[in-house]
Amino acid sequence: MAQRLRFKDPILAKRVASEIRRLSEGKGTVKICHVCGTHEWTINHYGLRSLLPKNVEVIAGPGCPVCIVPASEIDEAVQLASKGVIVTCFGDLLRVPGSTTSLLDAKAEGADVRVVYSVSDAVKMSFEEAAKELVFLAVGFETTSPSTAVEILNKPPENMSFLVSHRLIPPAMEMLVEMTGFSLNGFIAPGHVSTIIGLKPYEIFPRKYAMPVVVAGFEPLDVLISIYMLMKQLDRNKPDLENEYTLAVQPEGNPKAQKIMDEVFEIADGKWRGLGNIPSSKLSLKRKYKTFDAHLRYGLGIEDGLDLKPGCCCHLVVTGRIKPTECPLFLKDCTPQKPVGACMVSTEGTCQIWATAGSS
Amino acid sequence: MKMCLAIPAKIVSIKESIACVDFGEGVTRDVNVTLVDVKVGDYVLVHAGYAIQVLDKTEARETIKLWNQVFETETQNSKK
Repeated sequence: MAQRLRFKDPILAKRVASEIRRLSEGKGTVKICHVCGTHEWTINHYGLRSLLPKNVEVIAGPGCPVCIVPASEIDEAVQLASKGVIVTCFGDLLRVPGSTTSLLDAKAEGADVRVVYSVSDAVKMSFEEAAKELVFLAVGFETTSPSTAVEILNKPPENMSFLVSHRLIPPAMEMLVEMTGFSLNGFIAPGHVSTIIGLKPYEIFPRKYAMPVVVAGFEPLDVLISIYMLMKQLDRNKPDLENEYTLAVQPEGNPKAQKIMDEVFEIADGKWRGLGNIPSSKLSLKRKYKTFDAHLRYGLGIEDGLDLKPGCCCHLVVTGRIKPTECPLFLKDCTPQKPVGACMVSTEGTCQIWATAGSS
Repeated sequence: MKMCLAIPAKIVSIKESIACVDFGEGVTRDVNVTLVDVKVGDYVLVHAGYAIQVLDKTEARETIKLWNQVFETETQNSKK
């Protein structure tokens, strides 16, 4: 208990780091992957990679919900905005490139694009703008999708509809495990996604793939201790599923949120920017809620968009195959001020984190 | 906004599905509590205007203290 509360204790951090070093001795390269932008932020901000031995690599997987929204879905929102529909979205999405324009470009050209903090703000806005039509571009992983489900269950006003772009994390993790030539040794699972989904969806990894998983919190010691827990599992050769973030993650997750999501959404195959199609990884509205589906309401159906601009390596960055610094555009043509790829746009994108905090 | 991030806060008052929460040192905001079963005094994790999980009280108080420290450090840095 006392140890859990000392989230940033440098003495304890050094002790954990030396334990990780001890466990890494005599082992080949150990590749640990996390799938959360906030984990990458913690790792960079506190320089955690510099504490790890050379043969322990921590890779940033597709953990930025904004970075993986395909260009086609941005294109659809831009199309609606240019038709005079009010488009509401989270701030990070504004500059995410579509095939030719972003929502920010559309706004600059006079479209009504508004940033909201919460889907509930978009609902409030749709009441205030009763004479106009309004769409909420619903992106995010399991942490965010329950809030969209709540608002849809509450029956928003008729002038409001949703472009549902929510994605599920465990199917993307499974894709990473099955990716040839990637050879991962363990996962740091995302803490806040897990507050909703619990531990069960990760059981498949130790069971089917002999892949250790530790659900981790977001303080520097949470992450370091999780790496230590993974190293211990590897050392004992007993792949398991453990929960480091007991402060917030219950084994069953949040059953109330799961029930509401099940009521509103069904699971479909979905495209991820840079990753292609991932089976059973996208949420879409169930038939009885289709009346709120902006796709049907406005006859949208953009299938393909330009996900990667020439030279952009976002697809290699989100799958951890290269570091941001290995992309030829990084901090040359692609900067946080003028991003080329989606990973440089969002505050949770690996490239932006490396550009602003430096690589550790 | 960081989309994977959730911030601990204390429930100050509840009216139907909306609760006023305190993020520490008097920063308050209304959040939706449909997804959790809570009472006044409970600590919750807030993400994009929604409480997504209830936290253990003693551990949450420590987390709030730590968050305040982070904010203080960031303010000091930006002043430099």
